[in-house]
Amino acid sequence: MSAISRFAAAPSLRRRLLGAAAFRIESLFVLAALTAAMALLSPYFLSVSNFLNILLATSVIGVLAIGMTFVISSAGIDLSVGSVLALSGVAGCLLMANFSLPWPLGVLACIAAGAAAGALNGFLVTKGAIPPFIVTLGMLGVARGFALVLTNGLPIYGLPDPIVFLGQGRPFGVPTPVIVLALTAIAAHIALSHTRFGLYAQVIGDSETAARAMGVRVERHKIYLYALSGALAGLAGLLFAARVNAGDPTAGLNYELTAVTATIIGGTNLFGGRGSVVGTLIGALIMGVLQNGLNLLAVPSFYQQMAIGAVLVLAVWLDRVNGAGRRP
Amino acid sequence: MSLLELDDVRKAFGSIEALRGVTFSVETGSVVGLVGDNGAGKSTLMKTITGVHRPDSGTIRFNGASLTEMDPRGIREAGIEMIYQDLALAKMRDVATNIFLGRELTRNVLGVKLIDQKRMRAEAEAMIAKLGARVQSVTQIAGHLSGGQQQSVAIARALTFNPKLVIMDEPTAALAVREIEHVLELIRALSAQGIAVILISHRLTDVFAVCDRIVVLRQGAVIADDPTRETSMNAVVAHIVGAADAPHQGARP
Repeated sequence: MSAISRFAAAPSLRRRLLGAAAFRIESLFVLAALTAAMALLSPYFLSVSNFLNILLATSVIGVLAIGMTFVISSAGIDLSVGSVLALSGVAGCLLMANFSLPWPLGVLACIAAGAAAGALNGFLVTKGAIPPFIVTLGMLGVARGFALVLTNGLPIYGLPDPIVFLGQGRPFGVPTPVIVLALTAIAAHIALSHTRFGLYAQVIGDSETAARAMGVRVERHKIYLYALSGALAGLAGLLFAARVNAGDPTAGLNYELTAVTATIIGGTNLFGGRGSVVGTLIGALIMGVLQNGLNLLAVPSFYQQMAIGAVLVLAVWLDRVNGAGRRP
Repeated sequence: MSLLELDDVRKAFGSIEALRGVTFSVETGSVVGLVGDNGAGKSTLMKTITGVHRPDSGTIRFNGASLTEMDPRGIREAGIEMIYQDLALAKMRDVATNIFLGRELTRNVLGVKLIDQKRMRAEAEAMIAKLGARVQSVTQIAGHLSGGQQQSVAIARALTFNPKLVIMDEPTAALAVREIEHVLELIRALSAQGIAVILISHRLTDVFAVCDRIVVLRQGAVIADDPTRETSMNAVVAHIVGAADAPHQGARP
């Protein structure tokens, strides 16, 4: 049994390049092809300012999709992100505009409101043993309704200047939300692919029994994951409110659809076990380019909604055909 | 003092008494076979030792210290490793990650603990080589390996952290004949190094081949506990099925 000699095989170049990041290289080709097609179809597409527009439009969805990546990696799902976005934005704006809470606390309030809603999701999923699909679908209704109750259905105006800068400022010519997305993505990538926190999220999605047997505190970890998704929805809510300079209870309608789609196109396994923040960013950019291109081509937004839904189903179907989405 | 001592361990789930006063002990470096029909309480007993279940009453002592108040993580740290029948592998992760699962090596970068992939791979490689396991590379995905190779990974994981007692739940059930021999050799090697083994198996030939003692469980109680050389295949089978004419040497009521 001289195993040592048989042991020297180095990882292939492909594996070295992709590493444990596990994002699908195909998604980059899709992004490139889509960009090329839009450039050919519209004379306005290829410009620095339009690319910054795409990034700006992607920033809110990108932040949501990053949180979604953690939850889906653990074989869960969070359908409440769009509603939690609205609730957190409204809660923060209400405190800042009507109760003159200082803006740094307002920022924290948005994130904390989202994290609280997310933690409640996680609590119900683990301690209540209710499927995540149902828990977060319920939260989708509850959080949206609560946002409407808080505001009487009307937007809240009068945000402090620093918040407006967060949404509309352009330090060094780059929109602030894009910078926030970039920083969030870097931190999230490190957390998912290089720390125990992210590894355990993926192992829980891979085999919950294995995680448990090896001493991972599965229940507690899941609560953290849903709280993280909620906190990022809160951050997205803040960015959204800052950009439109109002706390809007109808913000983020149907964003869960786009966030799930971006995550799945990026190569995160729908059934858990593998996730990639880099992939999710590419997925979010694909959605951004698609929407921007359709806008430039003057396609009505009703059709865009149809396109996003179709892309989601197509992505999962391609996964099935390739066998990549099935459990080994 | 024995390495592991169970005294009158009881566990009920609702009205079902899964363990009805289990008493036995395991000496350092010995191999104990634990046999019994399905539902005899073997799994419950092992889960009670590894801390997944907490006993309703009775004591479990390991190396002189009580285990009954510890959680699974603490019990692993105390030196008891379990190799599960389903192997408990993360099938989408590579071999090295699986071997270190729950005990990843980390390095500190600006106050953040990052997983040290490089060191884990090097150490996992050394472990696999030491066991002589036929796994090509520790960067292979566990789910892509054969049943025997996956078994090797689970064993390597159990042995990496210098356990004093290894519990194996049906380690040969899914293996080819050649691979079974390999596992049995490994059990003998562990015993020679002073590591105790509890072997749970339906394959009595394997149990008789490697065990020093054979404990038979029936309906949540130990009904036979004999040195292998003082019992026979027929006697053990009779105990397992509860045949009335079984010779009751060494049995406890």
